[in-house]
Amino acid sequence: MVPDGWYMGLAAALFLIGALGILLRRNALVMFMCVELMLNAVNLTLISAGRALNDLDGQVAVFFILVVAAAEVVVGLAIMVAIFRRRSTASVDELSDLRG
Amino acid sequence: MTPDLLWLVIALPLAGAVTLHFLGRFIKEPLSGWFASAASGAAFVVAAILTWPFIEGGEHGVTIMLWEWMPAVGANLELFWDPLAAVMALVVTGVGTLIHLFAIGYMHGDERFSRFFTYLNLFMASMLTLVLAGNYAMLFLGWELVGLSSYLLIGFWFTRPSASAAAKKAFIVNRIGDLGFLIALMLVFTAFGTLSYSGIFDRAGSVLTTGVATAIGLLMLVGAAGKSAQIPLHVWLPDAMEGPTPVSALIHAATMVTAGVYLIARSAAIFELAPIASNTVAIIGAATALFAATIALAQRDIKRVLAYSTISQLGYMFLAVGATAYIAGIMHLMTHAFFKALLFLAAGSVIHGMNDEQDMHKMGGLFKKMPITAVTMGIATVAIAGIPPLSGFWSKDEILSSVYTRGGWFSILWIIGLITALLTGFYMARQWVLIFLGEPRWRSGTEPRESPRVMTWPLIVLALLSIGGGFVNTPVRLAFESFLEPSFEGITLQPAADGWGMFLILAGISVLAGAAGVAVGYMTYRRPKERWLDFENGFQPLWGTWAAAYNVDDLYGAAIVAPGRKAAEFAAFGIDLPVIDGAVNGIGKLVRRVGEWARPLQSGFVRNYAVLFLGGTFLIVLWLVAGGGG
Repeated sequence: MVPDGWYMGLAAALFLIGALGILLRRNALVMFMCVELMLNAVNLTLISAGRALNDLDGQVAVFFILVVAAAEVVVGLAIMVAIFRRRSTASVDELSDLRG
Repeated sequence: MTPDLLWLVIALPLAGAVTLHFLGRFIKEPLSGWFASAASGAAFVVAAILTWPFIEGGEHGVTIMLWEWMPAVGANLELFWDPLAAVMALVVTGVGTLIHLFAIGYMHGDERFSRFFTYLNLFMASMLTLVLAGNYAMLFLGWELVGLSSYLLIGFWFTRPSASAAAKKAFIVNRIGDLGFLIALMLVFTAFGTLSYSGIFDRAGSVLTTGVATAIGLLMLVGAAGKSAQIPLHVWLPDAMEGPTPVSALIHAATMVTAGVYLIARSAAIFELAPIASNTVAIIGAATALFAATIALAQRDIKRVLAYSTISQLGYMFLAVGATAYIAGIMHLMTHAFFKALLFLAAGSVIHGMNDEQDMHKMGGLFKKMPITAVTMGIATVAIAGIPPLSGFWSKDEILSSVYTRGGWFSILWIIGLITALLTGFYMARQWVLIFLGEPRWRSGTEPRESPRVMTWPLIVLALLSIGGGFVNTPVRLAFESFLEPSFEGITLQPAADGWGMFLILAGISVLAGAAGVAVGYMTYRRPKERWLDFENGFQPLWGTWAAAYNVDDLYGAAIVAPGRKAAEFAAFGIDLPVIDGAVNGIGKLVRRVGEWARPLQSGFVRNYAVLFLGGTFLIVLWLVAGGGG
């Protein structure tokens, strides 16, 4: 049996990678992948916490998150494709028209 | 026909008004005028049929409940049909119909012809609501509606600044009176727990203390004085002459302005418990009668003479109801409606024939040109002067006789009434002679002509009523009195002089006063213009004061309007602009400042947002870990 702490540690590492990716990368597609990474890090914490507490709620929550994330990816990718067609770029730094 | 159909009397003119309002554009002149007259005439017919049981005798008042509106306060749509309401309804619809007919000729060629008749019918419905109401709430509804119609009709030619100003003045001055009336109604409701006549008049004696009754009476007097143009709220009526002349005849002479008299007569049960209020009514009435009569002496405008004459005659009615001679007051209300409507319509006929000239100094010698107008107006002049056997004599004499019989300090009011009768005779003779006799003083190019038949016929009918209207109540046969008595059951009425001897002496004195006035007026103004101008100037500076109506308008302007304007200016530029606007603008400025400060946050770079978001999340997690939020 792998101790629960390891799962949590892995999840924290994945989350950190994702967060850093969002902060440091410029390509919208890569940032998207980082978002997914963070989501799955959270999923991992939920599952492992559920296992540790012997409770199914964690897994149920993960299913919901998977479904919502799938929908979100569809919308996000569609936006990305639309932007790329218009601007021929996927760099978020060039998409700063909404500045106050 | 049962009294249940009484609602028709209100509904017919109301239906006329609604129809003309929506379809008036398609119903052209003169059809819309005939339509409105028919609506009003039909109401008269219904009212007349329903009056029959009272004439046969044995019938007392009936309350007709139409439907419940606010039963908790006794304010339902209910009608009260008794002899007093019958007299008012017949006068309103009868005289009103004649004036409708007259207006068809008078308003000929006006581009808002149909609209005029919409308003006239609306007025009829409102006034009938007022007189047929079965409770004070509905009476108040009619009271306000006649005020509205009056406003609309005074300002009918609203493109004239003077007309719209007069309309506003009438409305505002009436508002002051209405406030008093409204407070009176609140007191009535507090005392009785209902506003319905049936729950008030029978119980008044056991419910009201003298103090409360006096308060109610005096506050009602405030309302009545506003509507009936008594001192000190009389200032709106002369200005109301800006309206078309049929309006002056209908609203500002024959019907609406008598609403105050009606209110006091209707509330006789309350006034009976409040002698102080009653006496105040009488004093106000006598003072107004004399005050307005002196002003009428010196007016040059044909309609202003009649306006002040109306105020003066309404003073007589107040004197009568104040002296608790209610039936005499209502009688004068009726005969006055006949001859004053006639005077106004005849004046309208003169104005019409003289191409809108209203200055009597620019008239004269019109007898030959307008014989029917001249004769009918002459009849009205004799009637209002109180010369027997015309109607004005019977009613005015009964008032004076009752006041004299009351004795005590009422004798002073009687003398005031006599002086007023003398002045009335004088100014009416002056008016008639200035218009119809003497040399023509017309503006060049004026071609006076007699009015068309649709205008002269109402004059003739009203002239007949002015002659014969008084015979309903003579010492020989007190038909009017016995007709009205059921309405004043249980109320002590001030009787007129008892016995033939006293009657003849008192009548002789009052006729002498009126006739002397007429004679002096006739002889003075029969002379050439220079002579009567000398006569008028002989009374300077009094004559100038009268001509300026004692400068009451200036006084109110200085005492009330100017401070009001000052207060409004202070509120606008001292409070509203710096404080309220300042606060609102200050908040706006603050929001703008904060916005400018926070603007850089919205950089447009997704990464900045992500950093802030992450940082924020981190802080919240820290806070939770530290045990925040419980």
